[in-house]
Amino acid sequence: MSEERGRGGRGGGRDRGDRERGGQRRSFFRRGRVCKFCVDKIDHISYKDVRLLAPFIPERGKIQPRRISGTCAAHQRKLQTAIKRARQIALIPYVTD
Amino acid sequence: MSESRQYELVYIVAPETGEQELTDLHAQIEAIVARFEGRIDNTEQWGRRKLAYEIGRHREGIYVLDLMTGPGDMIKELDRRLKVIDQVIRHMVVRVDEEMRIAERRRAGREAAVAARRVARGLPAEATAETGETASQPAEGSHE
Repeated sequence: MSEERGRGGRGGGRDRGDRERGGQRRSFFRRGRVCKFCVDKIDHISYKDVRLLAPFIPERGKIQPRRISGTCAAHQRKLQTAIKRARQIALIPYVTD
Repeated sequence: MSESRQYELVYIVAPETGEQELTDLHAQIEAIVARFEGRIDNTEQWGRRKLAYEIGRHREGIYVLDLMTGPGDMIKELDRRLKVIDQVIRHMVVRVDEEMRIAERRRAGREAAVAARRVARGLPAEATAETGETASQPAEGSHE
């Protein structure tokens, strides 16, 4: 998910000109602009499906914010509860360091 | 009074627990469910799994998932009992019927929308390989 764009300088993103405000930020996270769950038509996000949740949990173990993953609000809410439930039964760590 | 609802119970048993104890434990759960006139719809054994973090002194656990239907009081009792049993190192109950209903509704809504769109384009409602099929017209305004 969090594949880093190593493109330097300004105007780096031809296809994402609207994202470049200051033009100073070198590296971007590749933004999934569309909600993965909407695209794949997943209505129910289950806490049991660790492989589904994994892309939304970066190394630190935190829940990836919507602004980075591109998940829509409705699905982010469901994702949030799913991750929290998965944590409770030790499928996913609360923190990793 | 007591409405019947569907729940999912996941519990983690200490890894050193024997096969026999595991069945005994499950029998206890079944007994409670039976007492409240509920039923167990499905049981899944995930087997031994590594825990994402240590629980007590355990690094591994045996996961068991039960899908059950019954009144809320049954869950209350199950919860109380599971807390007491030492071999169960963690458990969680989640109510699932509501979520499933919502997911089902959304799926149905989407399918209806797809069908409506296909009809609007003059195609048969169902996406079939052959095109010459007679279109079965779905209800109008099938968005809701």
